[in-house]
Amino acid sequence: MKRRTLLTAAAASALALGAAMPSFAQDPVKVGFIYVGPRNDGGWSQHHHEAAVDMAEHFGDAVELVEQETVPEGADAERVMTQMALSGVDIIFATSFGYMDPVINVASKFPNVKFEHATGYKTAENVGVYSARFYEGRAVEGYLAGNVTESNKIGYIGSFPIPEVIRGINSSFHHAKLVNPDVEMSVVWLNTWFDPAKEADAAQALIDNGIDVVLQHTDSTAPQITAQKAGNVYTFGQAADMAEFGPMPRISSIIDLWAPYYIERVQAVIDGTWESDNTWDGIGAGMVGIGEISSAVPADVKAGAEALRDGIAAGEIHPFTGPINKQDGSVWLAEGEVADDGTLAGMNFYIEGITGEIPQ
Amino acid sequence: MIKFIKRPQPSKFWTLATPLLAVILTMILGGLLFAAMGKDPFEAIRTIFWDPLFNPQFAGYSRPQLLVKAGPLILIAIGLSLGFKAGIWNIGAEGQYIMGALTGAAVGLALYPLEAWWIFPLMIIAGAIGGFVWAMIPAILKTRFNTNEILVSLMLVYVAEQILASAALGALRNPEGNGFPGSRNLSQIEWMSNPELISGTGAHWGVIAALGAVVATYVLLNKHMLGFQIRLTGESPRAARFAGVKDKLLVMFCLGAAGALAGLAGLFEVTGPAGQISIDFGSGYGFTAIIVAFLGRLHPVGILLAGLLLALTFIGGELAQFMLGLPSSAIQVFQGMLLMTLLAMDIVVNYRLTLVKKEVA
Repeated sequence: MKRRTLLTAAAASALALGAAMPSFAQDPVKVGFIYVGPRNDGGWSQHHHEAAVDMAEHFGDAVELVEQETVPEGADAERVMTQMALSGVDIIFATSFGYMDPVINVASKFPNVKFEHATGYKTAENVGVYSARFYEGRAVEGYLAGNVTESNKIGYIGSFPIPEVIRGINSSFHHAKLVNPDVEMSVVWLNTWFDPAKEADAAQALIDNGIDVVLQHTDSTAPQITAQKAGNVYTFGQAADMAEFGPMPRISSIIDLWAPYYIERVQAVIDGTWESDNTWDGIGAGMVGIGEISSAVPADVKAGAEALRDGIAAGEIHPFTGPINKQDGSVWLAEGEVADDGTLAGMNFYIEGITGEIPQ
Repeated sequence: MIKFIKRPQPSKFWTLATPLLAVILTMILGGLLFAAMGKDPFEAIRTIFWDPLFNPQFAGYSRPQLLVKAGPLILIAIGLSLGFKAGIWNIGAEGQYIMGALTGAAVGLALYPLEAWWIFPLMIIAGAIGGFVWAMIPAILKTRFNTNEILVSLMLVYVAEQILASAALGALRNPEGNGFPGSRNLSQIEWMSNPELISGTGAHWGVIAALGAVVATYVLLNKHMLGFQIRLTGESPRAARFAGVKDKLLVMFCLGAAGALAGLAGLFEVTGPAGQISIDFGSGYGFTAIIVAFLGRLHPVGILLAGLLLALTFIGGELAQFMLGLPSSAIQVFQGMLLMTLLAMDIVVNYRLTLVKKEVA
């Protein structure tokens, strides 16, 4: 408690210092970003970084961008964000789930700094959260996977067993199963977001087990490289388009489109209208993009996938529409019933037909 | 031509002077590196070494953070130095650190929501035991079956990481965490938290323990028979055996003490700065501490200073990243340079450089 007061005092004096200096109307808004991986990881962090750069370019001189990469989730993140706040940053985007508690802690010490936390669920007066409905994109991936597989075996490289990842697994499996009732899915958990060596090993292990479609919720392009070597294995770009691996093995991708959101939120800071929010947008709002479906996919399948994509975007199709049972056979969604956001946000079960267990 | 002549004794002067020289040389080499990357080298070095300590904007926060970051490094490195001095190579402090945090947190969480003053002391004991037991595995395997402790202790790090992941997802998962992995936040539970003791200093119980370990080890090595035996074993294992050193017991002691201290560091971290058991709780302190031990020349006071210096490069490095846009890998290279230059400078500690005129044959 005492430490908190001290920090507030420090922050206040820093602010006073700023106020004492001649203030120009055109003072740039300082925007901080922290990334869990290197900013050139080819996936998640790179996409946040590129969106941040797009945002900075959009505003030009009105915005100053500061970034920090490879920030471990935990005590280190708390220190990095505190130092950023002390350096006079106006808004901080914390772009990984594990920054949740650190964001809340730092935000309570700096009431005048705004925080935006990606994929979390804890909000405060000056903390907003945002995430994308990636499971909408996963549905399209699942549709393609179910159609193109010849061995009827699909593999999924999972990162951490958190609801966000489990949602993606369920969504893709459900839609693969709808178009191909014989399909089976194996999930490998790596407990990391980014580790090319582990990802390559996992992809190889799946391929050795006769799997010919590999989906991933990890960020590197290692599974693409492994699939390319193995030949006749299909993969999907994750977070980034990964178009350089097309038309095979990469047959499509889920692309994170954060730039519009970043521009909107920074604009709100500039205008003084920023308020804590809880944004969860999907294909329709333009936060999730589906990468070009490659020529390796038959034309009718491609058309079907695009129809699914457009249906989800228009709000006509919900990826989780009953009947869907849980893994243990109990009913989750009855015929025609649609999953509610609360259940999706805390999803901690597999749907029927997926083998294996969620690590507990 | 320059000739290296081996000194009969390592030079006292150079033993003390080389760490300083190494830091200066690292600044120069690092400056060149940053310049090659198109950054102002003076600004970069100032941001890393000066700003966290003296820049009014950051110092108030960074100085205490120095202790927070250095505390576990020093605590672990002190334990490691005992073994390193005796030629016992415990590379698995990271695993012992994780296991200490796990057992300590498990004991605390098993008692939740009980409120009693003795919970935190009990957790401290459990943390030390956790690390101790984990270090006993390579110790017993070495003394019984003559296995290599480097390999066994290192491999046990990966075992500990898997146990950590499984605990964060299962046994210790917060039942009120909406299905997300990670335990309850121990730092927010009054009887389990390791708070900042004096506000604004960053000093928590782990920092106190680290300072205590520095003093205790200094006394042990200089005033105690056991310390003499440790040093003797490192310098001449044969002579030590003749002198009646029970080498198996010494292996047990060195590994066990290092394990217990690493376990303590883990416990203080999980109840304080980290706050909770999470899948990626292990953040490499156990490995960085090896650098600290060598940078400090395996001397307790040296380790204290080395721990603070490395903490400074971490915190200053973070500042340099977002203030100047340096990539994190450049900071890691910089830290690596520090160790490399120091080790390279060992040559002047052990050898005398003399200019020799070519003799006519």
